[in-house]
Amino acid sequence: MIKVYTSSVIEAPADAVWARVRDFNGLPKWAPFVAESRIEEGQPADKIGCVRNFRLKDGGVIRERLLTLSDYDYQCSYSILESPMGVTNYVATLKLTPVTDGNKTFAEWWAEFDCAPEKERDLAQGIGQGVFQVAFDSLKTIVGK
Amino acid sequence: MIRVTRSAVIDAPIGRVWEVLRDFNSHSAWHPAVGESCIENGEPPDQVGCIRNFHLKDGNHVREQLLALSDHEYISMYCILDATLPMRNYVATVQLKPITDGNRSFWHWESTFDVPKGSEREFAELVGNGVYVGGFNGLRAFLQSNGRDLSRSPASAVASEGVVATAFGGPQVLRYQSIKTEQPSAGDVLIRQTAIGVNYIDIYIRTGQYRMIEPPAVLGMEAAGVVVESRSPHIMAGDRVAYASATPGAYTTMRTMPGDELVVLPNFVSDETAAALLFKGMTAEYLLHRTHRVKPGDTILVHAAAGGVGLFLCQWGRALGARVIGTVSSEDKAKVAVANGCAHPIVTRAYSFAKEVKMHTGGRGADVIYDGLGRDAAAENLAALALRGHWVSYGQASGALETVPDLGSKSGSLSRPVLFHYIGERAALQEAAGRVFTALRDGILETEVRHRYPLAAAADAHRDLEDRRTTGSIILLS
Repeated sequence: MIKVYTSSVIEAPADAVWARVRDFNGLPKWAPFVAESRIEEGQPADKIGCVRNFRLKDGGVIRERLLTLSDYDYQCSYSILESPMGVTNYVATLKLTPVTDGNKTFAEWWAEFDCAPEKERDLAQGIGQGVFQVAFDSLKTIVGK
Repeated sequence: MIRVTRSAVIDAPIGRVWEVLRDFNSHSAWHPAVGESCIENGEPPDQVGCIRNFHLKDGNHVREQLLALSDHEYISMYCILDATLPMRNYVATVQLKPITDGNRSFWHWESTFDVPKGSEREFAELVGNGVYVGGFNGLRAFLQSNGRDLSRSPASAVASEGVVATAFGGPQVLRYQSIKTEQPSAGDVLIRQTAIGVNYIDIYIRTGQYRMIEPPAVLGMEAAGVVVESRSPHIMAGDRVAYASATPGAYTTMRTMPGDELVVLPNFVSDETAAALLFKGMTAEYLLHRTHRVKPGDTILVHAAAGGVGLFLCQWGRALGARVIGTVSSEDKAKVAVANGCAHPIVTRAYSFAKEVKMHTGGRGADVIYDGLGRDAAAENLAALALRGHWVSYGQASGALETVPDLGSKSGSLSRPVLFHYIGERAALQEAAGRVFTALRDGILETEVRHRYPLAAAADAHRDLEDRRTTGSIILLS
């Protein structure tokens, strides 16, 4: 089992950041590597168990199931059902915490998964920096002060 | 029930912040509202269940108990046992998380408690802003003041000057010259070194007796200074640090080191003291507590009792209740040894001491021999050892022990310990250094730096040390 952890500080109140990221179908609006997204079977994007089906700008298609959504804890977790990445047992969590000192947001995003040993390094780097950090950097410019 | 939550970003790596916060008794050093504080019953401040007993600067008195501590999750939980404030059922949690984007720390502090009806707002304000926000700012200031100004530009940091052994041999092989220091990689820090410790091992390495370098190479195992640039999760720029490293290279003005090998200096330890103390103090620490656990009533024989390690063995050995017999090479050194805890100094320049050791012990001999002499003193050491005694060979000023002595004649044990095998893990290093600093603060160890040389005059320091002209620690200043 590999664990990848990325965290950052976004210069905006947690409510404002959460409003952007709680939409399980909203990746194209803030994650620069996602081209389009839909929720399968026309379900609401905040129904636990719903599946988002999205296409990356590089062409890959990923299906992910919503496992947890907490408006109280500003937390969302999901698993990968299908992806071109070669990972199994992939579960990720995105969590926001208010920073009272300065009214900004501490954002954490972590994932645990299994993969072939020779791919561990590249996947850990690709997910931690190429996905999570890139998405955080984008959030900073979209909702940051 | 009131719940108070405050959180902040601290511009320091998580290991650095946690090092302070995990110490349940550190708050008097960094929290502006906290006065005197102690841990009851002399328990360690990281023992779950320990109680801190402290005064607030406004006069209130509080006792708090540590409920949980996790070095894995960076969590500390505690409750109030008694307070002169009307707060009941107070349980607080401190948690740190790493901000991977920038090597900083997120600090979350929250609590729940009850107060008399009508005073909820007042207490929520006191705890949230007075205690928690005050604490955030106090810790920030503490981390800053621990360091020094970094006005000298780090851009020019890579150029350095140092003392290079140009070949194996006498002090004349040492040359002071310009050298290059590597830029810090991930995990490393760049240190501007102010004080450098000279240890006898430097001479073994210079002569080639210990093959730890291939000339030309920089000597030196120990130094202190200020961090100019940090890429380590444990250390921040501006920290005052020191190290005793297994890798030679300390005789320089600038040095890049792995952050894991550094100890952050408490305010009461100056750079000079650290350079004089760390290597030799940690050596005395493991020799007296771990290689052999010295107990009251033991007789210990300390060779070179007025030397760097020797003085610390005398001071600390006496404090542990041992009777210290020491060998020295002159009457003047005998006086120094006695002043530092040696009960019976033996003056000899020819490694002749067994008879006197026997005389001072009613014929029994020494329970523990701390031997930095080696080959030429081996026969005398065996003769001076008590039955079932422990001969600890930690140095070899006269050459290596060539054969295993006839320990069967005494049912003796022989150890050949090396400092670096006792401090290889960061946790072990911090524990050993912590014990040394505590012993210094408590007056068990005393360092009076008697010999200071400019870094460029390292060869003179080596000559004086080899010719037995020094007592105690020697440092080089850059």
